[in-house]
Amino acid sequence: MNDSRNTPLLEVRNLVVNFYTRGGVVQASRGVSFQVAHGQTLGIVGESGSGKSVAVQAVMGLIFNPGRIEGGDILFRGRSLLDPAGKKFVRKVRGKEIAMIFQDPMTSLNPVFTIGTQITEVLRHHLGMTKDQARKRAMDLLDLVDINAPEKRLKQYPYEMSGGMRQRVMIAMALACEPKLIIADEPTTALDVTIQAQILELLADLQHRLAVSVILITHDLGVVAQLCHRVAVMYAGRIVEVGDADQVFASPVHPYTKGLIRATPRLDVVTERMVSIDGVPPDLISPPQGCAFSPRCDQAKNDCLRSQTLTPLGDDRHVSCWCAIKGDTR
Amino acid sequence: MIGQAKEAISRAENEAAAGSPLVCVKDLGVIFDAGRAGFWGRKRLHVHAVEKVSFDIHPGETLGLVGESGSGKSTTGRAILGRVPVSAGTIHFQGKEITHAGKEMVRALSRHMQLVFQDPYASLNPRMKIVDIVAEPLLVHGLVKNSKEAAGEVAQLLELVGLPPDAGARYPHAFSGGQRQRVGIARALALKPQFIVADEPVSALDVSIRAQVVNLMQDLQARFGLAYLFIAHDLAVVRHISHRIAIMYAGNIVELADRHLIYDSPVHPYTKALLSAVPVPDPPVQRARQRITCPGEAPNPMDPPAGCRFQSRCPHVTQTCRDTAPVLTPRRPGQTAACWNC
Repeated sequence: MNDSRNTPLLEVRNLVVNFYTRGGVVQASRGVSFQVAHGQTLGIVGESGSGKSVAVQAVMGLIFNPGRIEGGDILFRGRSLLDPAGKKFVRKVRGKEIAMIFQDPMTSLNPVFTIGTQITEVLRHHLGMTKDQARKRAMDLLDLVDINAPEKRLKQYPYEMSGGMRQRVMIAMALACEPKLIIADEPTTALDVTIQAQILELLADLQHRLAVSVILITHDLGVVAQLCHRVAVMYAGRIVEVGDADQVFASPVHPYTKGLIRATPRLDVVTERMVSIDGVPPDLISPPQGCAFSPRCDQAKNDCLRSQTLTPLGDDRHVSCWCAIKGDTR
Repeated sequence: MIGQAKEAISRAENEAAAGSPLVCVKDLGVIFDAGRAGFWGRKRLHVHAVEKVSFDIHPGETLGLVGESGSGKSTTGRAILGRVPVSAGTIHFQGKEITHAGKEMVRALSRHMQLVFQDPYASLNPRMKIVDIVAEPLLVHGLVKNSKEAAGEVAQLLELVGLPPDAGARYPHAFSGGQRQRVGIARALALKPQFIVADEPVSALDVSIRAQVVNLMQDLQARFGLAYLFIAHDLAVVRHISHRIAIMYAGNIVELADRHLIYDSPVHPYTKALLSAVPVPDPPVQRARQRITCPGEAPNPMDPPAGCRFQSRCPHVTQTCRDTAPVLTPRRPGQTAACWNC
């Protein structure tokens, strides 16, 4: 294929997604842009309702009524996934070259079919394998995600497996067609911490071995720290800061990123009082003018009422904050 | 009957001198009926949810109860409140035994101990106004005749938990998760209890809001001398709010210690594994951490093994562990652990 190393694997440009609900138009994604390079792991962090899931659901074509993609573009290997002319390309790409792992492994597996049926279905549909070929490949895949006795497991139903095991099956299914990009939407939120650690280690190992790109959506900064090369922080339907994970954690620029890092309790640090961010996230039916974080921000000025876009701050860091940019140029 | 219970409790209140525990749980066991199996259902199935759990909670203290799903932490909390039948052991509250408290006694006790739920969306009746939700405990206990009479008290409670004064007239749907949890806390405080079981009170909340609620709970504790049993699976949050922490595994407490001892010098192999699994939000630090793994499955609660319940996953397992269950024994001052080999 003609992937040049220079075009990012996935590029989301100014994505606008609105949901037409009875209560009004929910502006879930208000111009989200990000890129994922080959073999890179991007973490998207944000609180509930920040639009992080909506952004990747748009990539997977999972925005249904009453939601509508109303602006921007999504490019996979340089080709648009939203262009009506590229429908065939889209169908080939989604599920095959871009695979998704969902939060709840119980509801995303079909309870009335065996694990084997569900994995081989993917292989036969997308790769046109025969039954036997698919079975063999399915066993290899289960082996790849460290499930032992794969032959026995293929005959089992989802209810016979623990949550961690089911999530491994989901990962195996996602890997079935050797995707270029895996989107994991809160893959460990429903799991206990020891199982979470195992799944994250598995993802990191597979990412390294198979050189796939990963988008990891999470609300847990610890998970980002463990797995991601880059991190994008979302707030109220926008990305407020994006950059190299180490650098963002070491020197966050946007007040929300700073607040989020301070508010996340750490096992290795004792404080008497937890740091909170006062106030509540805005209602996305009528988001505040300008910077959506300004009502909760202690550095808010008049400038903050003017709308702001992601602005580069050097070394691959982009921030959407008037104060930060002023402070930098001074 | 109610009178008797009330009398007994007020007597106990007077007796509860400083230093004596508010809640004293000893060898608590909870077994649930799980139906029947076998030919014609001759075999009865039981889930051994909690076994031989012992701890004390002192006035004004927070005991953090941590464990993974199915470890029996919520069941323990509910057993203390009389919400699930106890099959073994004893529970004392203010020196008085409440192990097999009947309906009337549970009701009388609910003036002294309350529950805060995990899910702030499911725990508030969507068809009741906030004022009615918060006033309900007062009504149930006959302290007010109707919610109008309680208005003043409700307004105070709402202010106490940091809700706007006009909140009372609104319905739960008008509030965010964090605010709903504040309503749940106001309701729990309405009867001025001494003890609150908080069952994963911040697990459903976002990071920035979680800190607000934890801080509120700490402020209320300082102000009213409340004791908390803080049930959670998030070790980092528990470290902040608890004075002592109990780690549960498969129905047993495996380690119980002052909070800094749990984190700085854990003894039990399960505690170590659990702590090492929590990611630290700092990439270089996280990369440098070593994870202690304990592969294997947790035991089947319907058929727990003889001996230590962690034996199937423990790296140091010996024959003693397979034969005899260890009990909590002192390790350092303020630290106890249940393990034969550590």
